[in-house]
Amino acid sequence: MPPLDHLQRLEAESIHILREVVAECDKPVMLYSIGKDSSVMLHLALKAFAPAKPPFPLLQIATGWDFREMLEFRDATASRHGLELLVHTNVEGQRAGIKPWSHGAAYSDIMLTQALRQALDQYGFDAAFGGGRRDEEKSRAKERVFSFRSAQHRWDPKNQRPELWQLYNTRKHKGESIRVFPLSNWTELDVWQYIHVNAVPIVPLYLAKVRPMVRRDGRLLMVDDDRLPLGDEERVEHLSVRFRTLGCYPLTGADESTANTLPLVIREMLLARSSERQGRLVDQDGAASMERKKREGYF
Amino acid sequence: MDLHADSAAGDIEAYLAAHAHKGLLRFITCGSVDDGKSSLIGRLLHETKTIFEDQLAALAEDSRKMGTRGGDLDFALLVDGLAAEREQGITIDVAYRFFSTDKRKFIVADTPGHEQYTRNMVTGASTADLAVILVDARKGVLTQTRRHSYLTSLLGIRRIVLAVNKMDLVGYAEETFADIEREYRDFALRIGLTDIVCIPVSAVAGDNITAQSGRTAWYRGPALLTHLETVPVGDAGADAPFRLPVQWVNRPSAEFRGFAGLIAAGRVRRGDAVRVLPSGRTSRVARIFVGDVESEAAQAGQSVTLTLDGEIDVSRGDVLCAAEAPPAVANQFEATIVWMHDEPLLQGRAYLMKIGTRTVTATVAPIKYRVNVNTLEHLAARKLDLNDIGVCGLELDSAIAFEPYKDSRVLGGFILIDRMTNNTVGAGLLHFALRRSQNVHWQALDVNKAARAELGHQKPCILWFTGLSGAGKSTIANLVEKRLHADGRRTYLLDGDNVRHGLNKDLGFTDQDRVENIRRVAEVARLMVDAGLIVLVSFISPFRSERRMARALVDTGEFFEVFVDTSLAAAEARDVKGLYKKARRGELKNFTGIDSPYEAPESAEIHLDTAVLDPEAAAARVIAHLAGAGIIHASAGRGDLNWDI
Repeated sequence: MPPLDHLQRLEAESIHILREVVAECDKPVMLYSIGKDSSVMLHLALKAFAPAKPPFPLLQIATGWDFREMLEFRDATASRHGLELLVHTNVEGQRAGIKPWSHGAAYSDIMLTQALRQALDQYGFDAAFGGGRRDEEKSRAKERVFSFRSAQHRWDPKNQRPELWQLYNTRKHKGESIRVFPLSNWTELDVWQYIHVNAVPIVPLYLAKVRPMVRRDGRLLMVDDDRLPLGDEERVEHLSVRFRTLGCYPLTGADESTANTLPLVIREMLLARSSERQGRLVDQDGAASMERKKREGYF
Repeated sequence: MDLHADSAAGDIEAYLAAHAHKGLLRFITCGSVDDGKSSLIGRLLHETKTIFEDQLAALAEDSRKMGTRGGDLDFALLVDGLAAEREQGITIDVAYRFFSTDKRKFIVADTPGHEQYTRNMVTGASTADLAVILVDARKGVLTQTRRHSYLTSLLGIRRIVLAVNKMDLVGYAEETFADIEREYRDFALRIGLTDIVCIPVSAVAGDNITAQSGRTAWYRGPALLTHLETVPVGDAGADAPFRLPVQWVNRPSAEFRGFAGLIAAGRVRRGDAVRVLPSGRTSRVARIFVGDVESEAAQAGQSVTLTLDGEIDVSRGDVLCAAEAPPAVANQFEATIVWMHDEPLLQGRAYLMKIGTRTVTATVAPIKYRVNVNTLEHLAARKLDLNDIGVCGLELDSAIAFEPYKDSRVLGGFILIDRMTNNTVGAGLLHFALRRSQNVHWQALDVNKAARAELGHQKPCILWFTGLSGAGKSTIANLVEKRLHADGRRTYLLDGDNVRHGLNKDLGFTDQDRVENIRRVAEVARLMVDAGLIVLVSFISPFRSERRMARALVDTGEFFEVFVDTSLAAAEARDVKGLYKKARRGELKNFTGIDSPYEAPESAEIHLDTAVLDPEAAAARVIAHLAGAGIIHASAGRGDLNWDI
């Protein structure tokens, strides 16, 4: 038999992690953000537990500002595989009128971080899979595959358990929970290659298409519906764009592109000279922002 | 194969085809604080175009603010992640970096070079195929270099790159490099490392990183990256006999019962005969699924699901293996343990041990020696502190299938978990089963515990009195024994002070001695229970884990924890033996309640609050409890004890 290539080794490791959680935790859940990493993670879960279905539900944190195409894709994916899908929104935040463009960092804290904590507490999940990768950001490079959170969902970077070999210590006290990152050792390129080789379905927003866009603060934002207020100087342009990363549409910058097939997207990615998180406004308040968010429970 | 912005769209298909099947090399970089390790990794990321423009811009800004290169790009800043360590200018943990070339994908474990070094390096090395050991050309082979090499060798990494860095600062002198290489090879041979490639480099100036440098024309070997791209990646274990630790049993329906796990070694084909360990039952492989795809065969490194012919009992923690070449099964081992926690490892204390997919209870006894990782000397030890490495005996509560670590990282590598805090406190490597576990079997005797107990009209048990010094344990235990004795019961009272005059007179009052003290007493008490006695144990026994260990030695229902609950103030006011006064004056070290902790029982069978109960009433409470639990029954007794007193 030929030696395993890097994608096979990454796949085997991720499946091992998914199974370990199911074998040792009481009530796991998969955080499903609908992005490309989530798509790969779900694909791996379908493989890990076949012919059974993944023995846990999917949880999506909806802010109310999600791209419509993402929500359609989410529902179609869950129903195609017959998976339980939980959608949670921070209703209080919504009622308080928290808007992505007017509340800055508070928006992601309230509508994502707080909402996630609410959902985990409400359902009593003791382990949550996330699609985070160590190559995304410097502070992530040190995060464990199994990352423990206190009952208050706080992360303590000074007190992490060493992870040796493929041995994961999943023991926890009552009230504590674990965030588990099966894609820890994947890079952005690995994810795209895997999607390509395995024909993993992804949201069409990753592929270039003419879309209604507005320029704001040096970024291209999509006018996904009529709730995005336009300034006097702003006008809608129809541009061929695609997204490298997906979040709330008023916060997610697009790149002008004509890459309308997966190979072309990968080609652009290989030639790209900026990292994928640059498109995400959430990450740009301060150099140590990601680490701070993580301590507070952001994924 | 390079990709250019102006290349045709068709190129990408060829590129993807070429890159879909690259190999993967995991390596670790080891170096002391100033060897230029972060600079080397930063350089590798930069040279392989892993750093994007926005990251480069951020690096330039960081270099101006915090750099040590006078405003030039300081690649070290690329890899120093957490805010806390950036402020302190040190890295404090293992970080994983990723880059790839046309030939391979690389995962680098980057570990810091300071006092937490052993713990972090062992963690990083546990998954590495190769180690890059850095030395500063100006300093040569240092104590740290030897330490890194020892740990590398201990963790089973056989391939070493000795990167002699900062060659620019020694004028690229061949002689300097040759001296370092000679000295290092001499040392490495002594610890069993032979597969060594030495490369003269400058991470800062970029010499011999991606291509041979003109400034070291005398050097004929490969550049660092060239070597990393071409060094054979051992398909570890592919040719060894088949091993699959069962991770999860997949039972979606009555018709399907699959055993899922990551193949640790060897290959498996449909129809192969397999043995289940530790039970030893055999069967044949019916179907193999790699992920969700049914397959004819599978190999080491793949996550699979197997089904077997016939109904056979297999559960998580079992090992499926080649029927004709099974690994050994044992419950006592010699192992090397690397301690990773502030609380020391104590001889005699029980920890959870996770090995493969199995979790068992393991007790360390005894510690043979501790290794000085700088000199490799063996030192006597009764405990292991954070970052200590020791060779110990290990006793498990049940037998496991295992292989020596040098043959299998999966079936020979384990972690130890503290049962109270749930922390991972240590890592270990199994070397071999101790002969006594294979040859000394429990002797089955015809006159057993039940027979002896029957004769005495009693059920044997342990009454374990715990509490502060001066709480009244011995007084109450003494009264209980007197009553039982008067009633014709066969008893024995093990008193802390008395045992310390004989059996345990070699022990002091440090934490590890206290643990050993209790272990011995618990074992004696167990033998006495076996002899049919009601055993009263009166010991401070301050630690929960030792009391739990004592409880685990006997059968369910045979252990009664009696908490003699007296406040520290009350015990100190009483101070019958004058010990508290001595402790307060500092003449007695490690005195429970003063400068050594007492962990109160959380769910003792019998709770005696001495503020409410006098000793007589407390003793009566104990007797009543024993009657209620069926340990002594009034009808069988020859006395006329009134149970209701």
